[in-house]
Amino acid sequence: MLQLKNVKKSFEEPGGGTLPILDIPQLEVAVGEQVVLVGRSGCGKTTLLHIIAGIIRPDEGSVTIDNIDIARLPEAARDRLRADKLGYVFQTFNLLPGFSALENVLLGMAFASRHVDTARATHLLERVGLSHRLTHRPSMMSVGEQQRVAVARALANKPELLLADEPTANVDARHQKQIIDLIRETCREEKVALLLVTHTADVMAQFDRVENLEQINRAVNGPPVSGSPSAS
Amino acid sequence: MSLWKIAWRSIQQRTLASSLTAVSMALGVMLVVAVLVAGNIVHDSFSIGNRLGYNIVVGAKGGRLDLLLNSVYYLSRPIENIPWEYYKEFLPASAHKDGKAGKYSGYVLEDDPNEKARGLAIPICLGDFLGDEKESFRVVGTPPEMFTKLMKSKFSSGEVFKSSDFATAVVGAEVASHLHLKVGGDIAPMHGGIGGEVHMPFKITGILERTGTPSDRAAFVNIEGFFLIPDHARGHVEEVHVPGQPEEKEEMLKTPLPEDQREVTAILILTASLGGDPAKGIDPNPPEAVAPELVKTVNKENVAQAIQPVQEINVLMGYLVQPLELIMDALAVMVVIVAGIGILVSIYNSMSERRHEIAVMRALGARRNTVMLIVLFESILLAMGGGLAGWFAGHLLIGLAGPFVTSSTGIAVGFLQFAPGFELILIPGLIVLASLVGFLPALAAYRTDVGKALTATP
Repeated sequence: MLQLKNVKKSFEEPGGGTLPILDIPQLEVAVGEQVVLVGRSGCGKTTLLHIIAGIIRPDEGSVTIDNIDIARLPEAARDRLRADKLGYVFQTFNLLPGFSALENVLLGMAFASRHVDTARATHLLERVGLSHRLTHRPSMMSVGEQQRVAVARALANKPELLLADEPTANVDARHQKQIIDLIRETCREEKVALLLVTHTADVMAQFDRVENLEQINRAVNGPPVSGSPSAS
Repeated sequence: MSLWKIAWRSIQQRTLASSLTAVSMALGVMLVVAVLVAGNIVHDSFSIGNRLGYNIVVGAKGGRLDLLLNSVYYLSRPIENIPWEYYKEFLPASAHKDGKAGKYSGYVLEDDPNEKARGLAIPICLGDFLGDEKESFRVVGTPPEMFTKLMKSKFSSGEVFKSSDFATAVVGAEVASHLHLKVGGDIAPMHGGIGGEVHMPFKITGILERTGTPSDRAAFVNIEGFFLIPDHARGHVEEVHVPGQPEEKEEMLKTPLPEDQREVTAILILTASLGGDPAKGIDPNPPEAVAPELVKTVNKENVAQAIQPVQEINVLMGYLVQPLELIMDALAVMVVIVAGIGILVSIYNSMSERRHEIAVMRALGARRNTVMLIVLFESILLAMGGGLAGWFAGHLLIGLAGPFVTSSTGIAVGFLQFAPGFELILIPGLIVLASLVGFLPALAAYRTDVGKALTATP
């Protein structure tokens, strides 16, 4: 479903020169597979998700989603592919404050090829337990509820791959499991592959497959951490 | 969810800033509507050429514009008069004791057998006023044919005076309204202006319907009575309204002033339709075609001058009204541009706080063009919302000022008074303006670096 080959990315440093961030020979995620990606802060996890989502291009290598190399697509096509085939859950939820819960989910559909499906958006919000919050704005909802809206929004367009960037980083321990369970269950129901970034050991423990970015990333970016990654 | 709705939500999200921006646009458009409609009112109040009923004015030699202003608009004071004998030069043989037609009568043909081809020459005399400290109105001495044949006037009450009833008058709609005059009541003209000597009273026989012309703001007395007012005749100095001599007064009011003592301020002429042959189905030349020749003939001599009011009105418009309109239009455009810049500043200032939202939309799959369109739509919604509110407020203002304008100018003005040229382009104009001022913030949205904006703290 997702294949990365020889993906390299570096950023220009303010004083000149380049700072290598990513050098990943290979990474694959199968259809419907759920993978957790770990690594210390600054090791390139968010950059990797941005590359997979087509938000930024890699300097080298290929990022294939459904046999389409997103790295070679022009920007407009990457935008369309991102809208149609990918879902994205952000660490800070990134719900738009002026929109209700339902409208935030509909917004996820507004930019895709499919038509805006209010029934599906409502269904997704019901699925995440927010049927009573459809018309509420983010400011009127708890942090946990906001993240559930974000999950519903990410699944709005029936994506094939859900990228979740530390979705429980701003949620208390009691809600962490609920959120992770919700993401995993809905991904299973919708047959969506999941690539989830986390720092939390409890979250890692729930996944069969854990990828440590520091181990698969050959970019020299500080000393690799040995053993299991820890929450930081 | 449409892009319009997304743009609308963005506006709602910043209610205060958006409202203030829309209000500034509304005030701008309100001002523009009010200014342009006011300009139209000024234009209409001067553009009465087609409603006059005559096509030539003959008066004493002097400024052409002076003659137009005092004889057509009843505004400035006439400097000189012209002799009655000269007026008679426009009349047919039947009006002359010697049976000879006046030398200009061929252009007027008051007794042409073909009624439709007939012209008309109507004398008017000015010099007296009516009113109070707040407002004064011209008193015009004229024969009843002014209303029955020349202006074909309609009366809201009463009727035109009879030529044999010397001390009678009809009054314009605004005069009647302002001075609370009714049929059967009296008016007493004042000589030379308000506060001048009060002359004998004239009984009101009719009140003219409102026409939106200077007639609304004038009182018309029987010219025979006007002649009998002291100082209105050459060598005629007797006081008509001497107290204690009612019989003498009565007798005097039945005796017309001798022709050799008469003077008129101007002659209003509708030229005849000349030429043509009804038997052969050839139409005569219209009065407009005859007028230039008569003007030329009169102006060749030294006694009087003739003008074509329509032409002079155009000159007046060119000198006075059009530059005023141009200034008003320029001011109006500048006001709208300033309001448009207000929209630009408002949206552009919001861009720094909205960069994160734009990045989120891009991460959800929105293209660069899409977020650019959303910002442009926001600008258009603000401009349209403010503009339409301003349009409504402008017309409300005009509606509220309507009674005052109507009483001042005689032009009926209401909520639905339009400035068609401007209002037809209001909506497309606002869209163009909004697109122009929205372009810069839209470009900022287009250029948003999604990766950086997403990782920045929202």
